[in-house]
Amino acid sequence: MLLKYLFAKNDEIPPGSATIFFGFSSIFWFVVGTGLGSFNAAKLAFPDWVTGTEMFAFGHMRQVHVLAVILGWISMAFGMTMMYMTPALGNTKLWSEKLGLWTVFLWNIGLSLGLLLLWLGFTSGREYNDLIWPIDLVVICGVLLPLGINVWMTIAHRKTQGIYITNWFFGACIFMVIVVFVVGQSPELFGLTGLTEAYLTFWFAHNVLGLWITPVAAAIAYYTIPKLTGNPLYSHRIAHLHFWAIIAFYSTPASHHLMSAPLPEWLKSFASVEGVLILIPAIAFVANILLTMKGKWSMFVENVETKFSITGVLLAIPLNMQGGFQQTRAINWYVHGTGWIVAHAHLALLGMSSFLEAAAVYFGLQQMLRRKLYSLTLANLHYWFFLVGFCIYWISMTIAGLIQGAGKIYEVPYIDVVVAEHPYMIARWVGGTMVFTGNVVWLYNMWMTAREGTLVPAGKYAHELAYER
Amino acid sequence: MGFRQYKFGAAGVGLMLGFSMCITLFGPSNDFRSGVSTWVGLDKQLSLGRVIGFSYEDPTVSGDGKPVTVILDKDPKTGEAIDPPQRFYVYKAGTKFSPGVNHPELLGPGVEDLSLSIGKIKAADVSSGAVFTVSKGEFNGEEIDYIENVTATRGWSPEETLRAAGDENSRYVGKGKTIYISEGCWWCHTLLPEQTQDWQVFGAPPFLGDFNGEMPTAFGSDRKAPDLLHVAARNSSREWMEMHFFNPRLVQPNSIMPRFDYLWGKTDADGNTIDYAKWRAEYMAYLNGESIYPPEVPKPAPDSEVRALIDWILTSLK
Ligand code: HEC
Ligand code: HEM
Repeated sequence: MLLKYLFAKNDEIPPGSATIFFGFSSIFWFVVGTGLGSFNAAKLAFPDWVTGTEMFAFGHMRQVHVLAVILGWISMAFGMTMMYMTPALGNTKLWSEKLGLWTVFLWNIGLSLGLLLLWLGFTSGREYNDLIWPIDLVVICGVLLPLGINVWMTIAHRKTQGIYITNWFFGACIFMVIVVFVVGQSPELFGLTGLTEAYLTFWFAHNVLGLWITPVAAAIAYYTIPKLTGNPLYSHRIAHLHFWAIIAFYSTPASHHLMSAPLPEWLKSFASVEGVLILIPAIAFVANILLTMKGKWSMFVENVETKFSITGVLLAIPLNMQGGFQQTRAINWYVHGTGWIVAHAHLALLGMSSFLEAAAVYFGLQQMLRRKLYSLTLANLHYWFFLVGFCIYWISMTIAGLIQGAGKIYEVPYIDVVVAEHPYMIARWVGGTMVFTGNVVWLYNMWMTAREGTLVPAGKYAHELAYER
Repeated sequence: MGFRQYKFGAAGVGLMLGFSMCITLFGPSNDFRSGVSTWVGLDKQLSLGRVIGFSYEDPTVSGDGKPVTVILDKDPKTGEAIDPPQRFYVYKAGTKFSPGVNHPELLGPGVEDLSLSIGKIKAADVSSGAVFTVSKGEFNGEEIDYIENVTATRGWSPEETLRAAGDENSRYVGKGKTIYISEGCWWCHTLLPEQTQDWQVFGAPPFLGDFNGEMPTAFGSDRKAPDLLHVAARNSSREWMEMHFFNPRLVQPNSIMPRFDYLWGKTDADGNTIDYAKWRAEYMAYLNGESIYPPEVPKPAPDSEVRALIDWILTSLK
């Protein structure tokens, strides 16, 4: 079906096709990514479990997991939301449905190829930037640029007067992530070395998280919550405060990832201060969304998409409190390089960001398929597996991190730290496997929705219909 | 329609991002440029070669096209003794030079001047290969290390240097670091003792000039295992390393480090095929208490990956 549309005339492609393909691809990658995560967690808990094969060694699989969830699940879910939110907010059609389909197509091919090569050991050896540069060029030219062109042109052709905050975020974040990708590749492309390379690696990693993953996830909530509840956004101005504060403060503290490396001291101090200022956009965002919920809190219980969305927003509170303070020198020396940071990374990506995206994918797929969700029970199952699994993961890794931190300052022999962490490694594997199981249920539920969900009558939203199962 | 109204906003985004990039990219690049290479930095870049990750020379990231580090106790040309034995970095014809040789400005003020004037690094030619070493010299009254192109200053050719060293004095450091990268050791280990407490256990944190010309640095961000920057200073036993890589549980029953037995390849040092299935069966028997001793770990072949890996650890991580 995808292949047929790739060569069809743009006008003959049904609107929403790109959204649907993006949506299912993202859920597919979520299942793959969390499956790999659960496999890795098992390897850390039981090192002799699958052994002796190079392909299944931990060092070959970890980066595949990370990039599968970031570039597969999270970024494809972003692509999916852009395909339906941008036109809806501009009261127009997507600029080119065909370009959208080509983007999904190239994205899936490029990512599969890149991850396969990475898995085999073809790597640049730079964290988060592990893909070899030819694949990175495919990501920039074949994925991000076409996605950007589609979003920018749709915004330019909008039929509304203003640009809603979500579209501001979408347009700006794609632009910024392209800049970040190009700069991030420069050590490989131009042979930059030494500390410059180390610093650019984390400049890239930090900005992909800060100018792409978290702000776009927040932008999605600015759309889903008002749409689901029917309340207007509490304040468009506070949302703009969020937007500008992100660009000003989040693009600068990259060096807080290298607090203990021999970087210039002024840079570390600067990063530390800017990092605390990240609390400004964070508080603006959380307050704005929670105030929008006024009078509609019952939906947090009754409506699946709202449940996911608000859980994501609530998780942004501990996330930003951790994020703002753990990068100050006073705290960083204790938690740096420990499981605490892994817990924090999963709070950001698996907690806040993934919950917000899951809500948008649930909502968007029903909307574009014009079908009501197949089963509420399965969706609730997904939600609780996801939440409980995530909490187990987060809590166990936080404890493991604190143990490691204590081991570090009290100079405990490292092997004792490894032994002390072991129960938490097992707990993390249990939690991660729950998330994975939940996602398999989700994929089934969405597939059944596409095939058997009740048709939504024209002029109605899917969430206005009663659940049937 | 109406995109014009938002020109101001779009320009604002560009301006702010540009400003932030000036501070966070342009600013630090001035500091990095003033870093003077230390002995560690020069040794590292000369023994690792141009680049360690994916590259034209080594697209499969298996350690092809890297220089060989040799440790010599006498001059291969004159036979004169070198005491203490010194490291020489042999670039065979066609092996790409390290970044500092191609771009001496990366070496930092002073080191650059000496390497060019007395070190004669510009005389080195990739097509015929070269041998380098790190020598001591004086610059503005201070003693510093610089790169010497031994092929130009003393007339050593790469072939005769390798021949003089023989396999027992050769260390495949560049290939070893490549395996560290491609096997993902750095997802568990770090190469960066922290400036706060933990250097008391793991040794001195690195200096600003320890990295000039290294690519990738692969500090590692997420530590589940000991820092390795000075591991050879704690433990320099090749035999321990071999047992530990074949199966870490042989020497450290509580370790979560994976087995790296596949780095041995098909045959051992004597050319015999390694029977992994048999080894595992015997190991299981040992675990179950059916035999007293674990099976012997095979001796790695000279061209095996694990040999290069251990060469790197014991040579560079002191
Ligand atoms: C799953 C995580 C993990 C991976 C991957 C891993 N290691 Fe380890 N490594 C450990 C742990 C845990 C220890 C400490 C316990 C022990 O001695 O086995 C350790 C110990 C070591 C030691 C001894 C350190 C000391 O202080 O004595 C060396 C050397 C080492 N590893 C090298 C490597 C190399 C080289 C690789 C890649 C080929 C590697 N490790 C991959 C977890 C890992
Ligand atoms: C089934 C659920 C998951 C499991 C079991 C899991 C497991 C893991 C494991 C074992 C690691 C290696 C951590 C370490 O080196 O100590 C890891 C790293 C990582 N995972 Fe996951 N993961 C899961 C889901 C996710 C999701 C959904 C995301 C993002 C959306 C994600 C993002 C990351 C990132 C960014 C890292 C790197 C962390 C770091 O650099 O410290 N994971 N994950």
